[in-house]
Amino acid sequence: MNRIKIKYLKGVLIPLFFITSLSFNFLFSQEEQILTGKKLFNTHCAACHKVKKKAIGPAMRGVSEKYDREWLYSWIKNSASMIKSGDPQAVAIWEEYNRTAMNAFPQLSNVDIDNILAYADYIPPVPVVAQSLPVSSGGENTGNYNDLILIALVLVFLILTAMLILVKRTLIRIASASGVKIVSEKKPKDNIALSILSAFAKNQFLVISSVILLMLSSGYYVYAWMMQVGIDEGYMPVQPIHYSHKIHSGANKIECKYCHSSARVSKHSGIPSLNVCMNCHKNIAEYNGEEDLENGYDRDFYTNEIKKLYAAVGWDEDNQVYTGKTQPVKWVRIHNLPDHVYFNHAQHVEVANIECQKCHGPVEEMEIMYQYSPLTMGWCINCHRESNIDLKGNEYYKKIHEELSKKYGVEKLTVAQMGGLECGKCHY
Amino acid sequence: MRKEILFIVYTFLFLVVQSCFDSSAPNYQYFPDMYEPIGYTTYSESDAFNNGIEAQEPVNGTIPRGMMLYEYPNSNEGYEDAKINLLSPIDYNDEDRAIGKELYGIYCALCHGNKGDGQGILMKREKFLGVPSYADRDITLGSIYHVLIYGRNAMGSHSGQLSIKERWQVAHYAMELRKELIK
Ligand code: HEC
Ligand code: HEC
Ligand code: HEC
Ligand code: HEC
Ligand code: HEC
Ligand code: HEC
Ligand code: HEC
Repeated sequence: MNRIKIKYLKGVLIPLFFITSLSFNFLFSQEEQILTGKKLFNTHCAACHKVKKKAIGPAMRGVSEKYDREWLYSWIKNSASMIKSGDPQAVAIWEEYNRTAMNAFPQLSNVDIDNILAYADYIPPVPVVAQSLPVSSGGENTGNYNDLILIALVLVFLILTAMLILVKRTLIRIASASGVKIVSEKKPKDNIALSILSAFAKNQFLVISSVILLMLSSGYYVYAWMMQVGIDEGYMPVQPIHYSHKIHSGANKIECKYCHSSARVSKHSGIPSLNVCMNCHKNIAEYNGEEDLENGYDRDFYTNEIKKLYAAVGWDEDNQVYTGKTQPVKWVRIHNLPDHVYFNHAQHVEVANIECQKCHGPVEEMEIMYQYSPLTMGWCINCHRESNIDLKGNEYYKKIHEELSKKYGVEKLTVAQMGGLECGKCHY
Repeated sequence: MRKEILFIVYTFLFLVVQSCFDSSAPNYQYFPDMYEPIGYTTYSESDAFNNGIEAQEPVNGTIPRGMMLYEYPNSNEGYEDAKINLLSPIDYNDEDRAIGKELYGIYCALCHGNKGDGQGILMKREKFLGVPSYADRDITLGSIYHVLIYGRNAMGSHSGQLSIKERWQVAHYAMELRKELIK
C-alpha cells in the first residue's frame, strides 16, 4: 500500500481505481493496467465508444458503476445473446440505441475487460501547463514586416526632405524680411552647374545616349510590370473554413488523392465533397495536435474550424446524427487557367506520373493554400521541353516512339517532340 | 521647388505601383477575352437550380453512366446477405493486384495500415481510433464491397472515391492482406 500511496501523491492514480481493481493489484501495476486497457479500448471499442462522450454507443466512463461486473463480462463478450435471452437491462439499452448491434468480443478475457474498464474510469492528472513563449523572428510574415519597415523609412525620409525645404524657405523669408541681404554663395556654383549642363546639352551624343539609357531602363521596369498582369503567383485567398494542408498532408500524411480523388481519372482534381471530410471527422471532433501560436492558431481556433465543418454538413455532435440542415461551403478557387486553355490532371498525374508538388509546390507545408507556380504558357512549354515521356506499359507510345526517335536521332523523347507544343493540344 | 515636388510625386507613384500586390485578391487582367467560361464549370454557382449550385445529385430513379444498381440494402440483413451472396465479377490478375495495392495505399492504409493490421498512421498518432485488424473480422469479398459502399459504424463510405472496378480490386487486395495476417 505504501508504494501505491506514493504514486498517488505523485498524482498518477485516483481512488476509484483501488475499489474497482484491487483484486488484480498483484498481477498488474495500475499503470500497466491502464496502458493495456487503453490499447485494447483503442483497437476494439473506440470505433463506437468514446470515454467521456456519447458516440455510436454510450460513453464508457461510469459503466463499471452502472452495472455489476458479471453482467458487463457477459454483455461485452456477447451482447446479442443477452438481448435474445431477454435480460431487462440489456434490452433497455438496446432499445435506447435504436437496436444498433454491438460486436461480440469472445476473444476478450475477464482480465482484458477489467483493464478496459479501468482505463475508461481513469482520470488523468491535470498536467502542469508549460508556459511556451512565442518565438519572435522567422516565420512567414517576415517578408511583409521588412516591406513595412522599408515603407516607413521612405516616408520618414520624404517628410525630412520636405521639412528641410520648408525650413530653408522660411529662413530665407525671415532673413529678407529683416533686411539682411543674403549674399548668395550659390551663384558661382550655379554657374558652374549651369555651364556643365549647357556643355552637356550641346553635346548631342551625350544627350542621345543618356535618353536612350533612360528609356531602356524605364522600359525594362514597365515591361516587367506588364508581364505580371494576369499572373496570380502567390495568390492566397481567405477560405471559408481554415483548412490546413500542413496538418492533414504534412503532420498526418494523408495522401493528396484521398481527398482530390478525381485527379486520377479526370481533368479536374476537384475539391472533396464534405462527406469525404466526415469519413474522418465524425470521429475527430476536436483538435489536439500542434499549435501555431506565432500566427495565433491555437487548439480552440482549430477546434472551432471543425465545428464550422459540422455546421456545413449539418452534423449534430451531441446526438451523433445528421440534422439534414446543410449549407454548401464556398471554397475560393485559387488555380484557374483562362477558359481558352485545356489542362488535364489525369494526363499529368496518372499517365506522366508527375508528383503534385512539382506543380503545386510544397503543399504539405502550407498552412494556407496559395498558388505556387505562375501557370503561364511559358511555364507549361518549358516543362514540356524538358520532360521525357514515360513509356512503361504503353504499346501505342512504343511504336510512335521508335519512329520519332529515329527522326530526331535521340534516345529519349521529350513531350515537345511528341507534339506537346502544338497549339491545338492546349488551346481549343 | 518644382523638381522636389516632382521627385516626391514620382516616389509616391512608384510606391503605389509596387504595393499593389495583395496576396488575397487576384491580379489585374488585361483584355480577359475568353478567360471567363460561358458554360457552367465544375462546382460553380448557378441560378438554374433552387439551391444555387451547379453540382446536382442524379435525379431519383436514374443511374449515372458507369454506375450500377446495388441491390443489397444498408442494414444488418443486407450486410449478412452480401457477405455470403455477393461475388466478385473480376478475375484478379497481377495488373489488378498492382492497382489494388496502389489504391489501398491511398484510401485505406492511413487507417488500416499497410499490412491491414489496423495500425495506420492515424491510429498510431491516436487521431482516429478503433480500426480493427482484418484478421479479427470475419469478412469476405462481398462484405468488404458492401462496407465500401455504405460504410460501417465509424468507417465512412468510400464509394465516391472508388469506381466499381476499383472497389473490387481493393477488396481483393484487402482479402490478400487478411490471408497474410491469419497465416
Ligand atoms: C460496433 C460498435 C461497438 C463496438 C465495437 C463496441 N460497442 Fe459497446 N455498445 C455499442 C452500442 C450500439 C451499445 C448500446 C447498446 C446496443 O444498442 O447494443 C453499446 C453498449 C455497451 C455497453 C453498455 C453501456 C451502457 O451504458 O449501458 C458497454 C459496457 C459496452 N458497450 C462496452 C463495450 C466494450 C468494452 C467494447 C470493446 C471491447 C465495446 N463495447 C465495443 C456499440 C459497440
Ligand atoms: C483532407 C483532404 C485533403 C487532402 C489530403 C489534400 N487536400 Fe488539397 N484541398 C483540400 C480542400 C478542402 C481544399 C480547398 C480549400 C483550400 O484551398 O485550402 C484544397 C485545395 C487544394 C488546392 C488549391 C485548389 C484551388 O482552389 O486552386 C491544391 C493545389 C491542393 N489542394 C493540392 C493538394 C495536394 C498537392 C495535396 C497532397 C499533398 C492535397 N491537396 C491534399 C483538401 C485536401
Ligand atoms: C483522413 C482523415 C481526414 C479527412 C478526410 C479530413 N480530415 Fe480534417 N483532420 C484530420 C486530422 C487527423 C486532424 C488533426 C486532428 C488533431 O491533430 O487532433 C484534422 C484537423 C482538421 C481541422 C483543424 C485543423 C485545421 O486544419 O485547421 C479542420 C478545420 C479540418 N480537419 C477540416 C477538414 C475538412 C474541411 C475536411 C474535408 C475537406 C477534412 N478535414 C478531411 C483528419 C482528416
Ligand atoms: C503538371 C502540373 C500539375 C500537376 C502535376 C498537378 N496539378 Fe493541380 N493544377 C494544375 C493546373 C495548371 C491547375 C489549374 C487548372 C485549371 O484551371 O483548369 C491545377 C488545379 C488544381 C486544383 C484546383 C481545382 C481543379 O481541379 O481545377 C486542385 C485541387 C489541384 N490542382 C490539385 C492537384 C493534386 C492533388 C495533384 C496531384 C495528384 C495535382 N494537382 C497535380 C497543375 C498541376
Ligand atoms: C512538370 C512538367 C509539366 C508541366 C508544368 C506541364 N506539363 Fe503538360 N505534360 C507533361 C508531360 C510529362 C506530358 C506527357 C504525358 C504523356 O505521357 O502523355 C504532358 C502532356 C500534356 C498534354 C498532352 C500532350 C499530348 O501530346 O497529347 C497536354 C495537352 C498538356 N500536357 C497540357 C499542359 C498545360 C496546359 C500545362 C500548363 C498549364 C502543362 N501541360 C504543364 C508535363 C508537364
Ligand atoms: C502546353 C500548353 C500550351 C501550348 C502547346 C500552347 N499554349 Fe498558348 N497558352 C497556354 C496557357 C496555359 C496560356 C494561359 C497563360 C496565362 O493565362 O497567363 C496560354 C495563352 C496563350 C495566349 C494568350 C491569350 C491571352 O489572352 O492571354 C496566346 C495568344 C497563345 N497562348 C497562343 C498560343 C499559340 C499560337 C500556340 C502554338 C504555337 C500555343 N499558344 C501553344 C498553354 C499552351
Ligand atoms: C477513416 C479511417 C478508415 C479508412 C480510411 C478506412 N477504414 Fe475500414 N474501418 C475503419 C473502422 C473504424 C472500422 C471498424 C468499423 C466497425 O466498428 O465495424 C473499419 C472496418 C473495416 C472493415 C471491416 C468491416 C466489417 O465487416 O466488420 C473492412 C473490411 C474495411 N474497414 C475495409 C476498408 C477498406 C478496403 C478501406 C479503403 C478503401 C478502408 N476500410 C478505409 C476505418 C477506416
